[in-house]
Parts: sequence; C-alpha cells; structure tokens
Amino acid sequence: MRRFATPLGIFILLVVLLGVGLTLDPRRVPSPLIGKPIPAFELSTVRDPEQRFSQDDLSGRVSLLNVWATWCIPCREEHPVLVGIARRGEAVLYGLNYKDDLNEARAWLDKLGDPYEMSGFDRDGRAGIDLGVYGVPETFIIDAEGKILYKHIGPINDKIWREDLYPLVQQAEEKLK
Amino acid sequence: MIPELGHFALILALLTAIAQSLFPVLGALKRAPALSSAAVPAARAQFAFCLLAFACLTAAFLMQDFSVRYVATNSNSALPVYYRFSAVWGAHEGSLLLWALILSGWTVAVTLFSRNLPDLFRVRVIAVMGAISVGFYLFMLLTSNPFERLLPPALEGNDLNPLLQDFGLIVHPPMLYMGYVGLAVPFSFAVAALMGGRLDPAWTRWTRPWTVIAWVFLTVGITLGSWWAYYELGWGGWWFWDPVENASFMPWLMATALIHSLAVSEQRGAFKAWTVLLAIFAFSLSLLGTFLVRSGVLVSVHAFATDPARGVFILAFLGIVVGSALVLFAVRGQAVSGGGRFEFFSRETLLLINNVLLVVASASVLLGTLYPLILDAMGLGKISVGPPYFNSVFVPLVLVLLAVLGVGPLTRWKHDHSRRLVTLLRWPLIVSILAGAAFALTSEGDGRAQIFAGLVFAAWVVATTALGIARRLKRRTAPMAGLFRLPRGFAGMTIAHLGAAVMVVGITLTTAMSTEKDLRLAPGDSYSIAGYDFRFVGVGEAMGPNYRAERGHIEVARNGKTFASMYPEKRHYINSSAPMTEAAIDAGFTRDLYAALGEELGDGAWAVRIYHKPFIRWIWLGGLLMALGGVLAVSDRRYRIAIRHERGRSGRDLEAGALAEG
Repeated sequence: MRRFATPLGIFILLVVLLGVGLTLDPRRVPSPLIGKPIPAFELSTVRDPEQRFSQDDLSGRVSLLNVWATWCIPCREEHPVLVGIARRGEAVLYGLNYKDDLNEARAWLDKLGDPYEMSGFDRDGRAGIDLGVYGVPETFIIDAEGKILYKHIGPINDKIWREDLYPLVQQAEEKLK
Repeated sequence: MIPELGHFALILALLTAIAQSLFPVLGALKRAPALSSAAVPAARAQFAFCLLAFACLTAAFLMQDFSVRYVATNSNSALPVYYRFSAVWGAHEGSLLLWALILSGWTVAVTLFSRNLPDLFRVRVIAVMGAISVGFYLFMLLTSNPFERLLPPALEGNDLNPLLQDFGLIVHPPMLYMGYVGLAVPFSFAVAALMGGRLDPAWTRWTRPWTVIAWVFLTVGITLGSWWAYYELGWGGWWFWDPVENASFMPWLMATALIHSLAVSEQRGAFKAWTVLLAIFAFSLSLLGTFLVRSGVLVSVHAFATDPARGVFILAFLGIVVGSALVLFAVRGQAVSGGGRFEFFSRETLLLINNVLLVVASASVLLGTLYPLILDAMGLGKISVGPPYFNSVFVPLVLVLLAVLGVGPLTRWKHDHSRRLVTLLRWPLIVSILAGAAFALTSEGDGRAQIFAGLVFAAWVVATTALGIARRLKRRTAPMAGLFRLPRGFAGMTIAHLGAAVMVVGITLTTAMSTEKDLRLAPGDSYSIAGYDFRFVGVGEAMGPNYRAERGHIEVARNGKTFASMYPEKRHYINSSAPMTEAAIDAGFTRDLYAALGEELGDGAWAVRIYHKPFIRWIWLGGLLMALGGVLAVSDRRYRIAIRHERGRSGRDLEAGALAEG
C-alpha cells in the first residue's frame, strides 16, 4: 500500500507549494541594479533635440526617473499622479520617453502637463535596455550620488506614492542633510 | 434578457451536473440500479443547458451587447463578425465556458459510445465526469461569470486582444481544450476502475481509443499553437518554453506515455497499475495547466487575464479532484496491479523505457516551470528558467527516446534475443549514420555536429520504421497492394513515428541553419541572406476594419529573378496600447522567408528583421503526421467491431443489465 501512496505524497507537496506560490506576487522583480550607480546614457530630450540628458543630470540631489510612453495606457493613468508630485514639490522628476514618437510625446506633455525637469528621448530603447526596463511604466528612485535606491514596476498611484515611494525619497533626503 | 437566460442555463447545467454525479451514489446506497442509470439522461440534459448558455454568450457577442461586462471587455463594434465568434473564448470567462461545454460534450459522447460497458462501470465513469463538471460550473458562477452585467453599459467595447484576432486563435483553443478535457475520459475510466477494484483487458480496450482521440486533439492544438506563435508574435520562434506552452506540453507527454502503456496493458495485461496512474497524471496535468495559466502564479507572455482569487479556487479544485483520485489509487492500487510477466529483452521493457523517459521529460518540464515558484516560495529570490535549462535537459531525453523508438516496434513481446535484434538493426544503423554524415558534410557552419546528431536519429527512426513495414509485407504475396491493407493500428503507429522523425528533422535544421538579421533599411536598400536578395521598397499606410497599419513592402529575388513580394505590417489597433507586429512570411516546403517591421528610424529608413528558416514547416508537418497516425489507429478494425457490436445491443439491455445487477 505504501508504494501506491507515493504519488499522493508528492502531490500534497506540490499543492502546498502552489498554495504558497499564490501568496507571492510574480510581478515584483527586484532590479539587479539596486544599490548600483545608474548606467551611463546620453540622450537628446523630448523638448529639444540639441539638449543633452545623461546620468550626470541625475546626481546632486534625490530624484525620480520615470519611464513612460504615449502608447502605454497605464502611463495615462499614472500621469496626473506625477504632475501632482511635481506640483507639490515632493520630488524632482526626470522622464525617460521609451520607444515613442517624438511629436506624440510632445503633444502628450503639452496636453496633460509636464512634471519632468527633462525627458530623455530613448527612441530605440537602448538606454531602457541598460536600465533593465521590464515594462512601461517604471520608476527608479535615485539618490544624490547617482545610485539606484529603488525600482517600482507599474503605474504609481496616490496610495503607492504616499506609502511606499515618498517615504524612501524623504529618507534619502534626510541622509543628505 | 438573453444574458440572463444564459446565466440561468448555466445554473441549470450546474444542477444537472450535480444530479449526474449523485444519482449513481444514491443508486449504490439504495441498491437501485435504475436510479444510477438516471445519470445518463442527466448528462445529456447538462450538455443541452451548457450549449444553451454558450449560444447565449455567442448571441451577446454577435449583437454587440456591451451591457455584458465580458462582451464589453473583449469586443468592439468594429470587430469583424468571424472574430466575434472566436472572441467568445478570447478571455478567461468564455474559455471556461468552452471548457465546460467540451467536457459535457465528451460526457455525452461517452454515454453514446459506451453502451457495451457494464452498467455499473458506465455510470461510475459518468458520475466522475459529472463531478468534474460541477467544479467548473461552480468556478464560473462563483468567480468568473461570463454573463455579468455592466452598469451603466459601455458605449463601446474594449476590443479583443489584437494578438487573438487571427485565424490561428479561432481554432487553436478549441483544439487544445478538446485535448485537455478529453483526457478527463481516461481519468474517469481509471477512477471508475479503481472504485470497482478490477481492471481487465476489456478496460484497456475501452480506454485506448478515447485516450488516442484526446491525444490527437492535443497534438493538433499544440502544433497550431506553435504555428500561431511563429507568425503572430513576430519573433520567428516556434517554441518558447513559456509556462503556458509547457502547461499544454506536459499533459501531451503524459498522454503519449499513457497510449504506449495502454498498448502493453491491452496486448499483454502488464503495467496495469502504472497505466491507471498515468491516466490520473495526464488529466491532473491538464488541470494543473489551467491553474498555472489562470491563477497568475507565473508570469508569461500568454497570461492575458489572471486573478489570484481564482487561483485559490482552482487550487482547491485541483486538490480535491487529483487528491481523491490519488487516495483511491493508494487504497486500491494493489487490487488492479500485477499482470503478464516478461523478460529483459522484450517489447515490454522497451515500452517501459519509453514510459520512464516520457514521464521524466514531463517531470523535468514541470520542474523547470515551477522552479521560479519554488525558489520564490523558499525566499531565495526571483529567477526565470529559460530555454537553456529546457533544451539541455530535454534534448538528451528525446534522443534516447528516438533510439528506443527505433528498436521497440521490431522487438517481440515477452522475450526476444539480443543476437536477433543486433542482426536486424545492423543495416538501419549503418544507413542512418551515413545519411546523417552525408547531410552534415554538405552543410556549412558551426551547426554541423548538431545536424549530424539530429539527422542520424531521424534517419534511424525512418530506417527502422521502413524495416518494420518491409517485414510485415514480406509475408504477403502482393506487397504494394498489401501496403494499403496493413492493419490501421500498425499503420497509425508507423505514420506517427515517421511524424516524430519529420519533426526532428525540422527542429534540427531550423535550429542549426537559420539566419536572422536585424537591419536598418532605407527605401531601395537591398540585403542578401542564404542566397535570397531582399529589396526594401518602402512603407505605406494601410487600413484594417479596426486598426491602421504601416505596411512595408519587400521584394525577394533569387538569382536576379523576383519571385515574391512581402508585406510585413505594424498595426495599431484602435483600442489597444502597444503596436502589433504582423510578420510577412513566404512559406515553402524546405524553407520559410520571414520579414517583420520594427521601428521607424527616420529619413524613411526602418528597422527590419529578416529571417531565413530552413525546414521549419517540417516541425508542424511532423505534428500533423503524428495526429494523422492517431486518427488511423483509432479507426482500427477492432474498435469498429466493438462499436458495431454495441449498436446491435442498444438501449434495451440497459434495463436488462440494471435488472441483472439489482
């Protein structure tokens, strides 16, 4: 009889494993870049093809780097939240416009508001590859030394901002003082 | 009104399914066989109600009823009519309804074609299938009701996922579900046999055709899925070891093992407990696949709609169905085990090796699919297991399997002599090594070792199969005429095995010899790969019913002669965010040319991907041959006789049998 019960035993283990699996969120993929300096890039910006935007712009103060695109529907949902953050002066925001159309990107910012100091124009997504962009939108918190503190995948809403991201930004700013 | 009718029909289907599974239990308790037999009409009524529900949902799609949430999320007034039909199963809720409909369809098929089964056994099978149906109806009604209303109604629908607006997706899911759900039949047969504690040769003769039919559907479904991924995802790959693909592949491997093990049980009465276990495993893996796809525990390119709350339900359902079957196996397995004895050198041994390899292959796919989950559950971090793992585990297993495949059919049952086999197999071995070497020498590049290995094994299967046919025909006076008079069972096996060889050739040559180029092309630019000259004419605008597209134009020439125009597209569907790549393919028996449009790079130049894929069609051709083999095997005389026999008896002895049992 014991021999015939082996499959049952294995199956019970499997069910327990799957049960634990259900409690986990597969979308939380930590970035291997956390704690590392932001990879080097140099891009023109959405507003001005002559202007340069590089990793150096991101050091000196705590900032957010938000990856966005006009074809990304969740970005549209997220955008007012970003505008609010910038308006309240809660954080310095930079954008990385990912695999997008320049004219549409400009129209987007004109219409919906521009919360970014600058938005790099990453037409072919090369800077995005270096940053390990997993899906749009994504947001990186970068400290004053240009190191990546945190990466958020998916749109930011008010709750996520207040409970998860803003405290991290404040902590990093505290350290600076 | 129609959606409410559908909802009501679904509830009635649930109630009749409950009746279907409970009548036999009541009948057994009250010792009233007539009560048990009521499961049969209940099963048919359940099918009718489920069909009505399905028709209602289809009607809601055809009439563009955007007050139904499911329709509003998965359709659009611009959606062409033929896609409105397939949109019914385009997402979670409708897929489940299709599942349930197919399951009840299989149940009705069992009630129709199983009149020669002992009544007690027959109602048990129907009861088990009813219990599975109950689970699916509850799942739908509690967590995923397709008829849920949307208030206020949407003015316009969200549109069907553009990936699914394609011919492949009209036929692929129903085929796959026919296979998945069809495995519920051998599962129920196995559970019914365990309940009765008896498993005789008749059991395997009933189970075998059902298993083969389910397997045929699964084979066609997976083949179609691979073909769809190839042309629709725009990556030019044909298999990605994606969790969802694995979810369909695992039951296929298990069902393949089951078919072979059933052969041993039918012919020799051996491996009986093992066969029962495989029947349980095959369907369990179908259910597990559903769990993986629908619960969101794994991220996958296919995960269109996932929801953890549903995951809990499916896991509980999986636990109950598979758990109780395995408990039954633990208690009763002993009773059905035992059987014919055989010696080491015998066909039984080779089929046992076949089974072990297929089960190990299936387990290694399961491990690879669940490994990220295991690490995550133990807090060891997130990783993803990619093709390198699967290929390095899978390829050696398949090669050994092919080697055994060549020997098995030429070996005698019960006992054989190693010397006879060596003499017999000497020539096929030499022929296959020569064939592999010849092809590897004429090809160029680093893929030679790969090509040699792949082709030797494929040629080995072909050579040994041909030898098998020759030996069969030698006994006949007119060999050519005899070719068409071979028993269908043998012919089916032969064709399926040749299909495996064809597929191996396709996989080997595509993998080793494909050329892929990512290019920047301005209008007028040309590029050559593998002797084909691709000239980029330019990109224009095109309009579809519910999308606009940039359409590239590429002329293909060989030796200066233009023979094909390719029009790869980049589509922007009205209600969808990301652009869709529609590859252009010039298909051929020995090679595919494949072009996909990337991004615009300015100055009229575009990023263009161009592939040359030798023999890729052979992969799917192999799959279809395997399926054809299955169809032939099912039409074998011995099963037809069984059916004719039962037609003659028909319904009257249902009562007679019931009386006899009472």
